[in-house]
Amino acid sequence: MKIFFVVLGASIAFFLTVAMFGTSGWTRPPLATAQTGYRGTAMDQVHTKAGLAEVKEANVAPAAADPAEEDGELAGKTYENVQVLGNVTTNEFNRLMASMTEWVAPEQGCTYCHNTENMADDSLYQKRVARRMLQMTQHINSDWKANHVGSTGVTCYTCHRGQPVPANIWFTNPGPNHSSGFVARNNGQNMASPSVGLASLPYDTLTEYLADKNIDNNAIRVNGTTAPPTTKGKPIQDAEKTYGLMIHMSEGLGVNCTFCHNTRAISNWSQSTPQRTTAWHGIRMVRDINGNYLEPLASTFPPNRLGVLGDVPKVNCTTCHNGQNKPLNGVNMVDSYPELTKSTVLAGTPPADPTAPAPAPNP
Amino acid sequence: MAMLSFERKYRVRGGTLIGGDLFDFWVGPFFVGFFGVTTLFFSVLGTALIIYGAALGPTWNIWQINIAPPDLKYGLALAPLKEGGLWQIITFCAVGSFVSWALREVEICRKLGIGYHVPFAYAVAIFAYVSLVVIRPFLMGAWGHGFPYGILSHLDWVSNTGYQYLHFHYNPAHMLAVSFFFTTTFALSLHGSLILSATNPAKGETVKTPEHEDTFFRDTIGYSIGTLGIHRLGLFLALSAGFWSAVCIIISGPFWTRGWPEWWGWWLNLPVWR
Repeated sequence: MKIFFVVLGASIAFFLTVAMFGTSGWTRPPLATAQTGYRGTAMDQVHTKAGLAEVKEANVAPAAADPAEEDGELAGKTYENVQVLGNVTTNEFNRLMASMTEWVAPEQGCTYCHNTENMADDSLYQKRVARRMLQMTQHINSDWKANHVGSTGVTCYTCHRGQPVPANIWFTNPGPNHSSGFVARNNGQNMASPSVGLASLPYDTLTEYLADKNIDNNAIRVNGTTAPPTTKGKPIQDAEKTYGLMIHMSEGLGVNCTFCHNTRAISNWSQSTPQRTTAWHGIRMVRDINGNYLEPLASTFPPNRLGVLGDVPKVNCTTCHNGQNKPLNGVNMVDSYPELTKSTVLAGTPPADPTAPAPAPNP
Repeated sequence: MAMLSFERKYRVRGGTLIGGDLFDFWVGPFFVGFFGVTTLFFSVLGTALIIYGAALGPTWNIWQINIAPPDLKYGLALAPLKEGGLWQIITFCAVGSFVSWALREVEICRKLGIGYHVPFAYAVAIFAYVSLVVIRPFLMGAWGHGFPYGILSHLDWVSNTGYQYLHFHYNPAHMLAVSFFFTTTFALSLHGSLILSATNPAKGETVKTPEHEDTFFRDTIGYSIGTLGIHRLGLFLALSAGFWSAVCIIISGPFWTRGWPEWWGWWLNLPVWR
């Protein structure tokens, strides 16, 4: 009997050791490190050279389509029912439509959004969503230019990467449905969720911190702003939620905490890097996108595109960044598509209403 | 310093590793030897350079003096003296004096004909230091990954290095090291309190023997490791703490660059419950 247990224990230990060494994804030098603070502070970004090259390879921006011929006729005059891009020349409009197909639905083609019998028809939900997404892109590139996206801007490809539904979207996570049993109540944590890098931290921090359209609500700061603090402050559960959001941001951007913070005083702006300011605005930009552009589409999306609670697919940092602190290796795509950087509504066009029900399909 | 009467018979010649008879003498109670000379040389030079580095800095506040390693851009090359070169020379002096001290302990062990347990134990502490300022920076490709020499600045380095891996408490070797540190403290407190209780009996009673000590632990937890065993256990726990500390920092960076919580994916993905 004793021998049996010795052998059993030894084999379990052996297989666990093999699994630990073989399947946990250990890396090895050479490393590519980048210093983000004063020497000796350990404010450094740490990657393997191979890992960085792999990420760079996976985030190559597609080449811009050939420039459109100069043409006086505006798309809003040439075509019917052009609500957002009316003030763009017809050639430029067609070029953008072709690029959007490459960026969003390269396999499905034009028919993913359009009824080819009548291109002006709005019966497909994809077209109505795409219209709202164009408005969103123009909004991001104009109103969030100064504080977050800079002149690099975003295009459909920044998130979509050749897929109709971007790879990195999220829904509110209601957690496991245990009404009784050993873990009937988990306080929204301890699930080793990928959204918090497999930590035990609360797994649904994004709903509170990234989904509210009142962009200055739900401040993530936990520390008091004075020493000693003058108010009661927030409970430790809030600190864990903030930690969860920070892990999401780190993972999404492929950086560690010291990219923005000197962790001796995480909350102190004067000891933080300039990137923290960009990230601060980024949190608000994501709230704006989710609250003002995606949430209103709840009735436009078919039920199979919604989350378990009926909420719309939403964006987070990873949706654009995809593991890099500058999406798509920091390549500027919008300069080739200036119509994506400003409102292009033709004067006199009724404003597009994203929540309007689908018009009756033309016979 | 006078020699104790029985001490003369232990002051034997020979046993030196290097230098033969040249440094085989005592100064007061201290054995010198070749490595005593090198210890003195490196420690005096290193300390003087630390004071020079402090003089170059903005403050004499003992908490805030900071002698930082070079920028990462210097890689594994030498840096200008005032931009981390000083740190490099001080590190060289520190390693030189620590290793000299360990080898001097070896020479004394050889003279006395005892085991090398003390220099070995000390060598584990040196290994932990060398891991931080030589092995890991070398593997990561820049001396700038070493920790700065300053009371507060090295703590800031520890904090940021931990946050480079998002949540350092998920580092498995860190878990082992912390557990061993707590356990070695626990074992020492059990042992120390037991010895004091046996040697401080009630008024009028005699000092108790190891049989009493063994009986105490047999009565409480069913087992006593014994008078020699507790010291073996203590050495094992203490050296394990230092050893796993060294491992936990060597693997952070060279062999793992992401958040430590993610490392546990292998456990979550075991075929048993995946």
